[in-house]
Amino acid sequence: MDYRVRLEVFEGPLDLLLHLVKKNELDIFNIPIAEITADYLNYMKLFRRLNLDFAGEFLVMASTLIHIKSRMLLPPAETVEEEELEDPRQELAARLMEYQKFKEAASILKEREAIQGNIYGRLPMIPEDEDYTIEATLFDLLDAFQRVAIRAEEEVREIIQEDISIEDRIGEILNLLENKRFISFETIFSGQRTKRLLIVTFLALLELIRLKRVFARQAEPFGAIRIYRARQELVAQA
Amino acid sequence: MEKEKLKSIIECLLFFSDKSLGIDKLAEITEIENHEELKGAIEELKKEYELRNSGLQLLNIAQGYQFCTRPEFSSWVRKLYKSQTTFQLSLPALETLSIIAYKQPVTRAEIEKIRGVDSSYVLRTLLERKLIRISGRKRLPGRPIIYGTTQEFLRYFGLKELSEIPSLEEIKPPVSG
Repeated sequence: MDYRVRLEVFEGPLDLLLHLVKKNELDIFNIPIAEITADYLNYMKLFRRLNLDFAGEFLVMASTLIHIKSRMLLPPAETVEEEELEDPRQELAARLMEYQKFKEAASILKEREAIQGNIYGRLPMIPEDEDYTIEATLFDLLDAFQRVAIRAEEEVREIIQEDISIEDRIGEILNLLENKRFISFETIFSGQRTKRLLIVTFLALLELIRLKRVFARQAEPFGAIRIYRARQELVAQA
Repeated sequence: MEKEKLKSIIECLLFFSDKSLGIDKLAEITEIENHEELKGAIEELKKEYELRNSGLQLLNIAQGYQFCTRPEFSSWVRKLYKSQTTFQLSLPALETLSIIAYKQPVTRAEIEKIRGVDSSYVLRTLLERKLIRISGRKRLPGRPIIYGTTQEFLRYFGLKELSEIPSLEEIKPPVSG
């Protein structure tokens, strides 16, 4: 089976380049382009060997590097104007400098986030149950599912083989709802670590809604979705 | 109105509010037009809380004022409120946020040019968390959407105003080479 892992170690080609510059203690304004290109391409080979799924931007940067390298090897054409005789690496250096600044700014924000994370203000009033009166449409559910699926995809770090049928998931969802009037849409999906499990869960939820065992409701259009247990059951248990 | 009463009124309002209250709002409610008078009362209130080692502090945050808990008592608050998992932004999110904070109003294309990677997912997450907002459209072909930071951004990072973050010129890149 072909496993693809999203590459998160390097956020992008600039991040990788910056890493190479630092690792080799290079001067951003005087990058030995042949070496760094070789280094960069080696990393890409490694990504491929590890079957890491990297964004197309990595390829674009590879071609940019090769282009700069070739321009540096060629003697400047005689017709070239004086002002065009700039170092072909200049633009790349400027981009790296700029990117580095924002990376630094991001780390300043991160520090502030850590400090602020320990300071609490009053919480917004929690909306009353009665506010959740709008029946969520299939599109709302699909949107919500997509958000959950994307988030899960980002979080998945290990690969687990696990199989479960829709019927089983239906049972599990009803279990989650036991002794509760409602749970959030996201709760149903938490812990579902593979695409297959997410899809099975979603289908199970749709089936439950079709059978009117549960209701999906929102407090406002496009708002958060809560899954309510059908009332009959509440009555039956009471 | 006498100062002690004004202080008590402000205390009530800030205690009750779940977000930072701006001076304009306070002026509107208390019907005191003189901002300096209000600010004076707020400062005194703030000092009082500091002097008696209160668990609360009056913060000047997100272009206004808000009562918050003191960081040294965070572990106790977390014991009460377990479900509030300490959420932290990912590095790509922080990076994108810092670009927006400094370059706003800014388009997605401009952000992606700096980051060198597709940023649509990160932008959506930041929008959902209300840390950024769509502030309009740029007068360019295709009328691209432009993004800016929000009040929630200021609150989240404990900033009074945007100008509180160091300017780009002040940020020194780590010594390389």
